[in-house]
Amino acid sequence: MASIIEGYLGKRVDGTKSRMPARLDRWQSASGLFLGLFMWGHMLFVSSILISKDFMYTVTKMFEGSFLFAHPHPIIVTLSITFVFAIFIIHAGLAMRKFPYKWKEYKMLKTHAFALKHEDTNLWMIQAFTGFMMFFIGSVHLYILMSNADKIGPFASSDRVWSDGMWPLYLLLLFAVELHGSIGLYRLCMKWGWCNGTDARAARKRLKKVKWAITAFFLTLGLLTLAAYVKIGMEHRNDYGQRYQPTTAMTAPLHLSAQEVLS
Amino acid sequence: MPDTAQNKGRMLTFEILQYNPSDPQSKPHMVTYHLEETLGMTLFVALNMIREKFEPDLAFDFVCRAGICGSCGMMVNGKPLLACRTLTKNYPDGVLRLMPMPSFKLIKDLSVVTGQWMDGMSKRVESWIHSKEEVDLTKLEKRIEPEVADATFELDRCIECGICVSSCATALMRPDFVGAVGLNRVARFDVDPHDERTAEDFYELVGDDSGIFGCMTLLGCEDNCPKNLPLQEKIAYMRRKLANVKDTGGGLEIRVEG
Repeated sequence: MASIIEGYLGKRVDGTKSRMPARLDRWQSASGLFLGLFMWGHMLFVSSILISKDFMYTVTKMFEGSFLFAHPHPIIVTLSITFVFAIFIIHAGLAMRKFPYKWKEYKMLKTHAFALKHEDTNLWMIQAFTGFMMFFIGSVHLYILMSNADKIGPFASSDRVWSDGMWPLYLLLLFAVELHGSIGLYRLCMKWGWCNGTDARAARKRLKKVKWAITAFFLTLGLLTLAAYVKIGMEHRNDYGQRYQPTTAMTAPLHLSAQEVLS
Repeated sequence: MPDTAQNKGRMLTFEILQYNPSDPQSKPHMVTYHLEETLGMTLFVALNMIREKFEPDLAFDFVCRAGICGSCGMMVNGKPLLACRTLTKNYPDGVLRLMPMPSFKLIKDLSVVTGQWMDGMSKRVESWIHSKEEVDLTKLEKRIEPEVADATFELDRCIECGICVSSCATALMRPDFVGAVGLNRVARFDVDPHDERTAEDFYELVGDDSGIFGCMTLLGCEDNCPKNLPLQEKIAYMRRKLANVKDTGGGLEIRVEG
């Protein structure tokens, strides 16, 4: 009954306001923080291909539990992606509350943003646009990887990028993620005042520079990484589906130590 | 000074919205005026000259001419500014497009009612000292540390010009949003030791999506405030404070039976 009263009257039975708006605000920020930091890690892992195929293979096997088990378990990857997907959906649900959802609101926002020429307002426009994009392209990527967790590796990933024609989606996703993530992390610092220090205005200027540096770094790294997968995918197109065999004994010590641990 | 060619200022172009919502015949339209620039010309001076020379009916607000009263806010080339503090020399191409501030009720042309909006905001955040202490006028006031008083005065410098509201996309999209001016007001009473309100009390006023949690940190307020108020810092502070207000659980349900 208390919930019905609150639903109809907008007041709880003790006359106070719901704490839910505070909770939703915290969850929106926390889920965004998790995803933003996760994407930094993700970018570093996928860019392992720039070092060597063997290194990328080792990283992949590590995520399949090579440091614990004698044999890889892609289910670990499936479960991890499912968790990230869940956070992604929660974040999308919470953040879309900020979108303009009526024509009048959209018209006002567009007129204002174009006329004001204010950097942080424009950054938010980019964030809202890339966020909307990711509802779709992010979901496609996450579902494909979740259901093909055993097909991640130097050749399998490259085949997906080139032979399966996923590279346009990844190119869009790269820009969407890197812009959305770095702007979002900057905004989080501003929103909660985490980096304000003793001189909030000077801190903001510094943080803005760091933000652009991070965006440039990850976009460059991402483009190089995508190019590397495209190149391998093109070279490997006649052997589509064939899995990569490590050329060196890079993974052997990991397997051995795992066996030792288990024995 | 003799009126020679050297002393002649450049020609400025003013495109000004003209519209009278209370006149059913009136349609919103832009009217262009050309005016010679004078030394140290402000937008306030230019508007008075336009009214004097071309358009006696032109409506715009001003009182103090010194950036104190907060009456003359308007959109200048898309940016909300105080007309009295806007120098025409800062516009290299000499074109100034003037619109009334959105989000406030339009009276006519460039004149809006910020007071009505501010009144609603003041009532919403209960913009007065809440204290149970009886005031005894025969006794000296309670002493307050100068730093604490300064912190209150710092936030009290707000002139309610409405520029933070007109530079905030959130406030423009969602007219029920309390705006930076409202959140700054809450922060002002929060820091003032005369006010006995707790974070829980402030939560009841602005603890929702049209209050502190509706702020999307676009920072238009911070970057456009003519009084340079520390809005980002104070809004972030209030957000941290109100996001951590303890949940009382909503209270027990009272049921009378029999």
